[in-house]
Amino acid sequence: MNWLLDIIESSIGKKLLMALTGLGFCVFLFGHLAGNLTIYGGKDAFNSYAEHLHSLGPILTVAEIGLLIFAMVHILSGIFLFWGNLKARPQRYVMKKSAGGRTIGSRTMPYTGFLVLLFVIFHLMNFHFVDKTNTTIFQIVQNAFSDPIYVGIYIAAMLVVGIHVSHGFWSAFQTLGANHPKYMPLIKGLSICFSLIVGMGFGFLPIYFLFML
Amino acid sequence: MTRSNGKKNINLTLKVWRQVGSDVKGRLETYQANNISTDMSFLEMLDVVNEELIINHRDPIAFDHDCREGICGMCGAVVNGRAHGPEKGTTLCQLHMRHFSDRDTVIIEPWRSRAFKIIKDLVVDRSALDAIIQAGGYISVSAGGTPDANVIPVPQEAAEKAMDAAACIGCGACIAACPNASAMLFVGAKVSHLALLPQGAPEAARRVLKMVQKMDDCGFGNCTNERECEAVCPKEISITNIARLNREYIKAGFL
Repeated sequence: MNWLLDIIESSIGKKLLMALTGLGFCVFLFGHLAGNLTIYGGKDAFNSYAEHLHSLGPILTVAEIGLLIFAMVHILSGIFLFWGNLKARPQRYVMKKSAGGRTIGSRTMPYTGFLVLLFVIFHLMNFHFVDKTNTTIFQIVQNAFSDPIYVGIYIAAMLVVGIHVSHGFWSAFQTLGANHPKYMPLIKGLSICFSLIVGMGFGFLPIYFLFML
Repeated sequence: MTRSNGKKNINLTLKVWRQVGSDVKGRLETYQANNISTDMSFLEMLDVVNEELIINHRDPIAFDHDCREGICGMCGAVVNGRAHGPEKGTTLCQLHMRHFSDRDTVIIEPWRSRAFKIIKDLVVDRSALDAIIQAGGYISVSAGGTPDANVIPVPQEAAEKAMDAAACIGCGACIAACPNASAMLFVGAKVSHLALLPQGAPEAARRVLKMVQKMDDCGFGNCTNERECEAVCPKEISITNIARLNREYIKAGFL
């Protein structure tokens, strides 16, 4: 297994871990959003979606453990990469300008990543680790989003997630070696679309609860 | 495009990084560059400043240079926050003073990376790049008599891509411009120009693993796909070469 450790320890290896787990989260976001859209079907549709999800039982537990492992790998390799990059330039430039390569997403990756982590903890405390006896998930969500402060936090967090994904999505393909003039424009386009879908798709839900229900 | 508005001569204020040696603290010092012809290259402008410094018995600004025609890879400095200055696809020696305006302030700093120690002023030790190439080792070629032309078939497209990668002059601008001081574009170019050709194929896996390991050992940072490297590269080498490096590394590591 030495060869595997050597790969993971290398800079490219850590980036591969980052890319694979990141793409995993993109798939998760897609599924999560698709599920949440049942909210527009009304109270019963959303509650029955949640019920169906929980009736999966052990499969759901395995998926949750998988997500937790993915999160640990993504966070740890991210910290190692960030730390290595800080060390790689001990003396900063007096004046440094972008030559046009960087984007808001690429510039802020470590920071948006950290904010997303804080948000995920907050989000799980709101909706996952709560007492669900004598209530439904719809009620819990409706209750949370009757508070404008919560709505504000959630919308801000979705903006941050969108920015993070706008760089992360295409970047993962580049790291996995999938960059060709034939299809890279498509991947970059998808990256922007996906970040908009995630940002607006999730971000509009709290507004819907606050004003429409 | 020129910024000097047809003026033949301009006056500049330079803020140049001066550092006596690698273990000494450096700082920006201010100089006046007066009556600079807009037809001069950036290095010729520094020559003029240095001549005045020498006449006044002061230490001239140390900077690397050799061919002064943009092909050797010796020159390079970060000018006003950009590696090799504001023009695209240009080395510092090919940057002309017509791209500056009269009374501009120009900040000149050396490449900054843990792997590049400052030797003096703007001169940095780039031997880490040589060490990476050396770690790549040899390639297998039959060393008999002169072979007939086209004995080894190489598709035209592959030959072109290999030449694009081989255009790398090893100046180090990619590392200087990278927010993470990563050498992935350099290593990507060096791995690519061989990986695309049948020559050296037997050593392909060993080569990429060794070069990446050397790159990490030298203290370069990790690529986060910021694309600053390809934007400043004087040979405009694309980050598709970094993707190819990643592919070669995955192939060598897992297959």
